[in-house]
Amino acid sequence: MSARDVILARVRAAVEGVPDVEIPRSYRGAAPASEGLVDLLAERVRHYKAAVHVVAETGVADLVAASLAERRARRLVVPEGFPEPWLPAQGFERIADEPRLSASDLDTADGILTTCAVAIAETGTIVLDAGAGQGRRALTLLPDFHLCVVRQDQIVANVPDAVARLDPGRPLTWISGPSATSDIELNRVEGVHGPRILEVVIVTPAAT
Amino acid sequence: MSRTFLGMPGTVSMMGYSGKEGFPENAAKAVRNSQLRFNLRKATGTIRGRRASVVGELPDWPDLRQAGKAIKDHTLRNLDTYLVELEEAVTRAGGHVHWARDAAEANRIVTDLVKATGETQVVKVKSMATQEIGLNEALHDEGITAYETDLAELIVQLGDDWPSHILVPAIHRNRSEIREIFVRHMSEWGRPAPEKLTDDPAALAEAARLHLRERFLATKVAISGANFMVAETGTLVVLESEGNGRMCLTLPETLISVVGIEKLLPTWRDLEVFLQLLPRSSTGERMNPYTSMWTGATEGQEFHLVLLDNGRTRVLADDLGRQALRCIRCSACLNVCPVYERSGGHAYGSVYPGPIGAILTPQLRGMESELDRSLPYASSLCGACYEVCPVAIDIPSVLVELRGRSRHPMAERAGMAAAGWVLNRSGRLARAQRMGGRMRRLVPKRLPGPLGGWTDTRDLPDIPKESFRDWWNRTDGGSR
Repeated sequence: MSARDVILARVRAAVEGVPDVEIPRSYRGAAPASEGLVDLLAERVRHYKAAVHVVAETGVADLVAASLAERRARRLVVPEGFPEPWLPAQGFERIADEPRLSASDLDTADGILTTCAVAIAETGTIVLDAGAGQGRRALTLLPDFHLCVVRQDQIVANVPDAVARLDPGRPLTWISGPSATSDIELNRVEGVHGPRILEVVIVTPAAT
Repeated sequence: MSRTFLGMPGTVSMMGYSGKEGFPENAAKAVRNSQLRFNLRKATGTIRGRRASVVGELPDWPDLRQAGKAIKDHTLRNLDTYLVELEEAVTRAGGHVHWARDAAEANRIVTDLVKATGETQVVKVKSMATQEIGLNEALHDEGITAYETDLAELIVQLGDDWPSHILVPAIHRNRSEIREIFVRHMSEWGRPAPEKLTDDPAALAEAARLHLRERFLATKVAISGANFMVAETGTLVVLESEGNGRMCLTLPETLISVVGIEKLLPTWRDLEVFLQLLPRSSTGERMNPYTSMWTGATEGQEFHLVLLDNGRTRVLADDLGRQALRCIRCSACLNVCPVYERSGGHAYGSVYPGPIGAILTPQLRGMESELDRSLPYASSLCGACYEVCPVAIDIPSVLVELRGRSRHPMAERAGMAAAGWVLNRSGRLARAQRMGGRMRRLVPKRLPGPLGGWTDTRDLPDIPKESFRDWWNRTDGGSR
């Protein structure tokens, strides 16, 4: 018998006659979107020592320009599909991942600008799914500075909401603050292998 | 029955602890190390507080816990079906699935896969399963160097040490010890530690970043474990903090994941429960910094999944013990355990220390060695582990059951038989009590001969002058 058949046979013998169980799902499920989610997301992301800005649609490009200037970030990776109106008119060198950048090229970039797929207010998490404006996973990993733009309508209340919205067929990266470790005496230190600086820009509709 | 290897062979001495000695001997050595006790107390105290605060802020924690327990029980009950479903989904998504009955088979599969790439170096994400099977040592024997990339695992590897905690493997080291290890040993493995390295945690993290960066960029094969596998979609999930996991999972051309068969979840939706339970129980955060999810061969990568039994089906066959397979390796039980807090992880002689290790190790490995027989006694049965467990594993009940199954020492069996004989008749008990009362000044602090084992770790209680019944009869319930 193959290892596969042996293991499956062992499992069947082990659980024979064992009763099955019902799964109680009385925990909180998806919650309706509300005005408070922007503030909650901002507070929870800040808790991880990431910078957070809330800005109207028309102000995004200026805010990005100011942020790049402050971080002295000149060479920026901009994935395909990142909304053009959100990019500053000048003041940075735009790098495309086409043809595909090597890992060492990526390592020399000053930063990366992305959108996201979903943001979770309760946990202060942004989720990337390699969709438009996000690029492949390594792009948000090697540069030391990641600026992520979140539209208000992408914010959900909690984890069940996010899981329901996401497509498991895509590679997903859930990001909650900058890279961190607690391995030394359980002191949290921001910045190990991933980007040490995370900045999140929450975009509200221009009308509000 | 063949012995199951759990990373620490019983005959090899490590850290001054030998598998031939039981937990009491190991623990006695550990508690004399005041630096270790200080580090452990500080670390476990910190994380207990953090966990309590983020668990307390979720109004539906008990509901999530019940759902987590039920999802795992349902999965285990139908494990054969879900394993086949997972295999189909991973294969459909371009991945390759391998099955390993035991540690040796898993190590051989992984070694062959690495050799097929022609590489002699691999980067590793912290993984309990690969520690359990001793993969690094097996690769080493075949001329392949495995580089640990998690900061704590790096500290352990550089220091030629053993992990002592599931989540924070170097919890037994303080900052100055870590600085010392970096300064001395980083150069043997790659880029040396920076000049004038201080023991500031931020500086130490920076040193690890520099040490590993080139390695990440150059290495073509990575080995990981996984926190969860979703049968329905074939998705694997890894939770981490530092970004070393993302480096290993995304940059190399070949990814090999070694995962215990009990890590399955039936549906994608089930993640909504475990992505709340695990980070809050584990690091005490609302969410860990990075979680990666991928399905099959992703972004041009070659992907191999090695499904590992290594004693798990034996545990599954045990009606009471199988609940240990619900474990999601959060380590909350270690952090609340009064025994772990004092003895540390090494005394358990297994990659799975603490309360969960005390029930998992003897079940996976069998109870042939002195160490494995003694593990179910590494507990005061206070029940704190059960209370914090996010999947409600009743660790105390399993401990008591396992105690009953191990062979007890002759002196203990004789003592228990004698006690049974005395307690069985009230007349015998009364006579024994009166005799005890008269001889009380002659009773030594430490019992002689084989009975000494009991008093080595306990104080003998004072024997009262008079038994309660005699007092009651003499005073008519205190009224005379």
